[in-house]
Amino acid sequence: MIELAHFQVLGAALFAIGLYGVLARRNAVLILMSIELMLSAVNINLIGYAAFVDFTEAQRALGQVLIIFVITIAAAELALAIAIILRLYRNRSTVNADEINLMKF
Amino acid sequence: MASLVFFYIAAALVLGGAITVVMTRNIVYAAFGLLASLMGVAALFLLTFAEFLALVQVLIYGGAVVIVIIFALMLTRMDDFRQISDHKGWPMGAVAALAVFGLMVAAIVRTSVNTGPREGVSFTVMGESLFRDWAVPFEIASLVLLIALIGAVVMVRRSDPDDDGSPN
Repeated sequence: MIELAHFQVLGAALFAIGLYGVLARRNAVLILMSIELMLSAVNINLIGYAAFVDFTEAQRALGQVLIIFVITIAAAELALAIAIILRLYRNRSTVNADEINLMKF
Repeated sequence: MASLVFFYIAAALVLGGAITVVMTRNIVYAAFGLLASLMGVAALFLLTFAEFLALVQVLIYGGAVVIVIIFALMLTRMDDFRQISDHKGWPMGAVAALAVFGLMVAAIVRTSVNTGPREGVSFTVMGESLFRDWAVPFEIASLVLLIALIGAVVMVRRSDPDDDGSPN
């Protein structure tokens, strides 16, 4: 039988992979994709709790509502981040995160 | 038992896609890896009887997010596509990711949770929760989305007539 721990470990693994992508990748679009992976890891955790923990149905519905909010905010974040990346590419002709050091002291 | 097999297939899709995103040298493969990973998450939603969320996941992530990311790849530099390089400090990133994973697994193992049988939530209860208890946050989220999209349009708009959109 599948249990809550399956979902938790899968969520942790996906979060770690996304974290590695954020730290190791240099292309800004790839960093953005890694952030999407980390948000998906959060969703996996939330759905695991919503399905398996011994709550009332209204409380479990809250888990799914939270996932809807996460997806909404992820969409807003993605739109803004891609706008920033396109603007950056237009002004600096690079999307390499190492070369974007305008505010480096 | 069948659910366990289904879970492992979905988990393999999620993790395989995610590893493709962070490992591949070809940036277009990374976009398709992201698609596979997000569809795996939709399969997990189905497994936990969250049909609405599975549908939303397929429509928003499969239909919109991946397409937008592919557009972003298309509009930024093309010669990066074939061969992309990682940050030279990537072993540090791997160590940090493994440390976070180990920490989270330790926390999962050491925390006891009162689990029950796998149960879904009916559409009615979820709709009531979303539109009655959480109606105000829902409206605020819609405003946030609207403002973010307008902001994105404003940011990439060409206000300067000399700016023809090409990188200088």
